[in-house]
Amino acid sequence: MAIKVLKPGLATTVQDLGRPGYYHIGIPLSGGMDRHALAAANLLVGNPEGAAVLEAVFMGPELEFTEDATVAVTGAELPPKLDGEPRETWTSFKVKRGQILSFDFLKQGARGYIAVAGGIDVPVVLGSRSTYALGALGGFKGRKLEAGDELPVGKAATAVKDGRTVAKDLRGQPAGMPTELRAMPGLYWHRITEAAGNGFFSDTWKVAPEADRIGYRFKGGKPLEFVPREPPFGAGSDPSNITDACYPYGSIQVPGGTEPIVLHRDAVSGGGYFMVGTVIAADMDLIGQLQPNTPVKFVKVGMDQALAARKSRTELLGKLRSALA
Amino acid sequence: MQTRFSFGGDEHIFAEVGEAMSLEAFFKSLFVTNALRDAKIKGVTEICPANASYQVKFDPDQIKPDDLLTELKRLDTGSEKSEPVIKTRIIEIPVLYNDPWTNETLMRFRERHQDPNGTDLEYAARINGLDSVDAFIKAHSSAPWFVSMVGFVAGLPFLYQMVERKRQLQAPKYLRPRTDTPKLTVGHGGCFSCIYSVRGAGGYQMFGITPMPIYDPNQKISYLRDFMCLFRPGDIVKWKPIDRAAYDAAVADVDAGRFAPIIRDVSFSLTEFNRDIDTYNRKLDGVLHGH
Repeated sequence: MAIKVLKPGLATTVQDLGRPGYYHIGIPLSGGMDRHALAAANLLVGNPEGAAVLEAVFMGPELEFTEDATVAVTGAELPPKLDGEPRETWTSFKVKRGQILSFDFLKQGARGYIAVAGGIDVPVVLGSRSTYALGALGGFKGRKLEAGDELPVGKAATAVKDGRTVAKDLRGQPAGMPTELRAMPGLYWHRITEAAGNGFFSDTWKVAPEADRIGYRFKGGKPLEFVPREPPFGAGSDPSNITDACYPYGSIQVPGGTEPIVLHRDAVSGGGYFMVGTVIAADMDLIGQLQPNTPVKFVKVGMDQALAARKSRTELLGKLRSALA
Repeated sequence: MQTRFSFGGDEHIFAEVGEAMSLEAFFKSLFVTNALRDAKIKGVTEICPANASYQVKFDPDQIKPDDLLTELKRLDTGSEKSEPVIKTRIIEIPVLYNDPWTNETLMRFRERHQDPNGTDLEYAARINGLDSVDAFIKAHSSAPWFVSMVGFVAGLPFLYQMVERKRQLQAPKYLRPRTDTPKLTVGHGGCFSCIYSVRGAGGYQMFGITPMPIYDPNQKISYLRDFMCLFRPGDIVKWKPIDRAAYDAAVADVDAGRFAPIIRDVSFSLTEFNRDIDTYNRKLDGVLHGH
């Protein structure tokens, strides 16, 4: 069984839950940017929740199926169409051999997850099927999909009914405007003045067009003011420079003090810019669903709040599992 | 050296051993991260040494953040008692300095550079007080370099020059980063050289290119069959300037599966190195070339 790619969409890649263990040599975790939506898509079609799916950003692909299949689309409101007929998101549906799955214009969110019963069966590289395009590693030939690609699909473990659906309160999508991203100050927080630190959390930022799997850039807040210093040897002369160091996932670097960049699943693993803090793990999925120009506020939290948020995100996934068991 | 610790969200601990780069800070980072790896602590998922810092990723559902921090502080203090000696490798990397491909690229991005009227090599020679590009190449290639960090992108080594601080080459990064850098470019920014493992964005000054692949996701290249990335922190690199004919021959050898890099096991002592740097480096060169 295979899926023929008729049109690739904007940047459609194969993703699973990622490739931990190699960050120390610059190979990032990768995997779905919205892991909750990825798990939901898989559970809807009877896959293990970490099976490989397609992650489509802003625009869906056009796909032809060589055999009957069960499919689900979750995450962004990227409405699926089967031979032109609308289908629901967050709901499993059957596809007949030869039918064409395409998508309507994006209505909400940024990334749609397309799961097929059996999973996308590309080779496992360093423990994962995820695409890391910068390193030409994993996924389908280490790159985003192109027209003419043929994606192998694994054998479905169990037959599942179509029409299975995920209730709204279990979808875990960003709610409200501006979107709030909780962040823990730290890392090189001491490099900026107290007023700049307060401004960072009180300003409303907007998602910049440079927003991809490596990182999301934000614009519109006040430039950060630095505490004066003598540049340490090896760091570089700009006040935002540091002696090149590791970057945590979710860390917020601010090159030149002007536009914060939050690193995401395909993060560069290190570099020479200071970071003011880190978006907490529970809110990383939300970032992957933000469109350019979306207003965002960073909300200051401590470790206890971060762990509580983590717990409630885990509980949400638990409820999702029970609902689709 | 007092290490500064900070949580990076709920999944990372970041440890800055030194604000400035030094071999002492690098060795401490290497020792603590090795000790942490040996300790096999449940819940630790990634251990990333860097130039003068390190980072640990963990699962807070398996280990309390404060418990891991306490453990790291204990290892950090303990590392000060250990001898700065490592068993490592010395690797010779051929470089075609002043090559046509980085030259073409730097001309395309000239408006992003400090000195739009010269090349990166001419600029680097001048600001380091050297009277010619050849003198700069000699300064770059005559002493070995430490791989003080691997990362940014897959398998990219950051390299720290093994000479006294006053002789270390320094260069700022481009005013605005390039959107393109040829694969296997030898670059330099701040006090660090690097080899770009893949084609892509970059801000370091470009000095040359090596014919020797250092990253192969398909693992077809003989010396990358065991693992797709060549470098590990602590490796020692010696650049070997080559001409165009030797470069072309090496590329042909790589393509034909004949290329055999010179890689030797070596023990390195920071204390002995600091005692007499030039003599120690000559000894390292002896290990590399078997005399």
